[in-house]
Amino acid sequence: MANVLELHGVTKRFPGVLANDHIDIALKEGHILALLGENGAGKTTLMNILYGLYKPDEGRIIVHGEEVDIHGPNDAIARGIGMVHQHFMLIPVMTVIENVMLGVEPTVNGIFLDKARVAARIREISEQFGLDVDPDSYIKDLPVGIQQRVEIIKVLYRNANILILDEPTAVLTPQEVDGLFQILHTLIEKGKSIIFITHKLKEVMAVADEITVLRGGRVAGSVLPQEASLEKLATLMVGRDVNLVVMKKTAAPTDVVLEVQDLYVRDERENLTVQGVSFEVRKGEVLGIAGVQGNGQTELVYALTGLSEPVSGQINLMGKPVRHGRPREILERGVAHIPEDRQKHGLILSFPIHDNMMLCTYYQPPFARGITLQQKVILDNATELVKQFDVRTPSIYVPASSLSGGNQQKVIVAREFSRPIELLIASQPTRGLDVGSIEYIHNRIIEKRDEGTGVLLVSSELDEIIALSDRIAVMYHGQIMAIVPAAQATKEDLGLLMAGIQPESARAA
Amino acid sequence: MSERPTKPPESIQPDDAAKKKETASWRQSLLLPALAVLTGLIIGGIVIVVSGGNPFQAYGALFAGSFGTPSDFFAGLQVYFATGESHDLIRSLYPFTESLVASTPYIFAALSVAIGFRCGLFNIGAEGQVLMGALGSAYVGYSLTGLPAYIHLPLALLGGVAAGGVWGMIPGYLKARFGAHEVVNTMMLNWIAFKLSDWLLNGPMKSGFRPVTPNVLPTAELPRFFADPLRFNWGFVLALLVAWAVYWLLFKTTLGFEIRSVGANPDAAKYSGMNVTRNFVFVLALAGGLAGLAGSAQVLGVDHWVGQGFSAGYGYDAIALALLGKSHPLGVVLSALLFGFLRSGATSMQSMAGIPIDIISIIQGLVVVFVAAPAIIRWIYRINIDTTGDTVLTRGWGR
Repeated sequence: MANVLELHGVTKRFPGVLANDHIDIALKEGHILALLGENGAGKTTLMNILYGLYKPDEGRIIVHGEEVDIHGPNDAIARGIGMVHQHFMLIPVMTVIENVMLGVEPTVNGIFLDKARVAARIREISEQFGLDVDPDSYIKDLPVGIQQRVEIIKVLYRNANILILDEPTAVLTPQEVDGLFQILHTLIEKGKSIIFITHKLKEVMAVADEITVLRGGRVAGSVLPQEASLEKLATLMVGRDVNLVVMKKTAAPTDVVLEVQDLYVRDERENLTVQGVSFEVRKGEVLGIAGVQGNGQTELVYALTGLSEPVSGQINLMGKPVRHGRPREILERGVAHIPEDRQKHGLILSFPIHDNMMLCTYYQPPFARGITLQQKVILDNATELVKQFDVRTPSIYVPASSLSGGNQQKVIVAREFSRPIELLIASQPTRGLDVGSIEYIHNRIIEKRDEGTGVLLVSSELDEIIALSDRIAVMYHGQIMAIVPAAQATKEDLGLLMAGIQPESARAA
Repeated sequence: MSERPTKPPESIQPDDAAKKKETASWRQSLLLPALAVLTGLIIGGIVIVVSGGNPFQAYGALFAGSFGTPSDFFAGLQVYFATGESHDLIRSLYPFTESLVASTPYIFAALSVAIGFRCGLFNIGAEGQVLMGALGSAYVGYSLTGLPAYIHLPLALLGGVAAGGVWGMIPGYLKARFGAHEVVNTMMLNWIAFKLSDWLLNGPMKSGFRPVTPNVLPTAELPRFFADPLRFNWGFVLALLVAWAVYWLLFKTTLGFEIRSVGANPDAAKYSGMNVTRNFVFVLALAGGLAGLAGSAQVLGVDHWVGQGFSAGYGYDAIALALLGKSHPLGVVLSALLFGFLRSGATSMQSMAGIPIDIISIIQGLVVVFVAAPAIIRWIYRINIDTTGDTVLTRGWGR
């Protein structure tokens, strides 16, 4: 089979970093090539080169047997290369038709938009590839999985035959992931070729025809899925042996640290996104909250940590009620919070590491005496924590923005774990992190649990929930569908609960 | 390359490389404004040529008018050593000290805008706060009698701080309580201050027949260092002390840490338990007080009374100065000195070289454009400047 796309010795340097170092990859026609790598391995840089956003310093790009220079996204599209971004580039208040035609609007008589023609094309594409998208519906009314299909239609509408999908499963439920994989298979049956970028090992095994692993800007190895194993891929990706299973003892829960009763919370747009949630977390256990993103988990955590004020309901910490909307009071009562969005809440990116290391306790001794900051204590603290938590940074003086995602997260973990805590609220603690960092943070969380801290873990990664939790609560549409002991939970049942279906009723039906 | 390139080295000590990087970034942060000033002067020179003047003559006069003439100084020195008569020597210092006098209100007003920027607030109201501060100081200065200077002067200064502070606090409170944007409210309060001062100067605070306040009492004046005509006074020293105090507050205290955190990332500030809205009120009140001091220093040190049209745009120039000085007290002092010297030399440039004063406004405007759009300077001089970790000046309109 012919190669539709080849890269030979592609090299890209940024000041101080060799982002891509003589990368060779080849995509065969009708194949799915998985590009696997940690964050910072150079996947995104490589794709941006293919999409014409960066110019390589060295190397050749060959598309359909012809050596090319790609000058920008339009050029890439003209050569049949289309990109489905991780964050959808869709306008929610517009219809599928309008979103698809955006940028290439066909007109009647040069003035009027020819929506009918676009709608016909969308139906045709939708039919051909089994996408099942109604061109007239509004984006905001569509579930995330369908929105992603609209992104795929956008690319197909522009006649792409090489599709690049960047971390496409990050926002999907397990069932939606299966749906996506089916679509990918249809696409290659009809002659399209796909590059699938991910850091999730299991997906690669499930869907790829070939796997290329990137590490540190170079190709660490190319393997066929039938010859690979999860362990082998992880080792290639990280460069050392990785323990994929979190080792933990059975939990020994004691007193209740957090008790939530009938909590109702509104989001910023005044929608009631948490509707009557009740649960408790005990010392020495991990309660995992599973659920597809956007089912009220974010708002629940905001309310628990004081970032927003719940409409009604009661939150008790160590048996005593919490006044709503007071982050500092909650913090001082021994709650640590690893926020969902580390760059929004967790760090001040323009501040140096040492200031971020004391962000929540800057006003307390030993960091402050009266109102004066104790610079030496602050620096010593940061030096110590950087060592203790293995934060990879050139110095404690660089701004937090200069660290990789994994190391940024370690700064937050170091800060939150370094003060005495009774309860840890960890929201998407490993989102976007590489395998090595995930392993590290998981072990730290279990360590805290074993020290007797109560842990509330919120994650949309089902694997993470299953790996860490002692009990699992599933949230759907602002409510808790069920709370089950982790030992009895199966991935299939949890997946159904995440979609709002009680497994028993599904079986009965 | 055998090393893995994307992982930074594991060292965590403040090693040489990190220190070198730090000094390099210091040099960079000075390089850009310096080039902006240079480019402003060069383009100003071109404008002078186009309008038929001689730029060397013009800039010579500008320099003489702002720093003084070395030959005058040495002549004065000779006279002093020969006869003990210091008049000529002091006279030769006149241009230089006048420039410092002109810089004084700029320093205060620019500190006001700068501390706002540090908290993510855009204080356009310095102009009105300067005026309120001047009126406050003038009132305390002429109405309280029979006090010794060591009580009267601090009270008069305090009067200015309080009047300006209230004027800053109002928009701060409106923002904290109702989410009203400070840009709109500080600007509107400028107008209220202008009209209020018109009324005060024509009514309650009027002295005699003209719309001016009475002179402040000598006990409320900021003492001068030399005899007339040199107006150089303690106001300038006070400005430097306050600049140092602002530096200390911003970078060495928990309050400053909060201010900078709220400015750099209000969400993270809230996450860490800081009271974001209280910071807004506090900082705008403080900014108002600082701008008020600009008025106080001018009234108590230089003019001794307030008349209509008192503030010659200090509050608006202060925005440019805070930008030029990157909202850092040291940078603010340096840029205020630059503007003070340009302003004070402009008059002699006009009289000696026949170049209109407006050319100075053009140069100032160009400098601000180049500082606000550093890409132009980078492009002209082909320099790469690392912009990561830049100070966020102010955020979008709607928040």
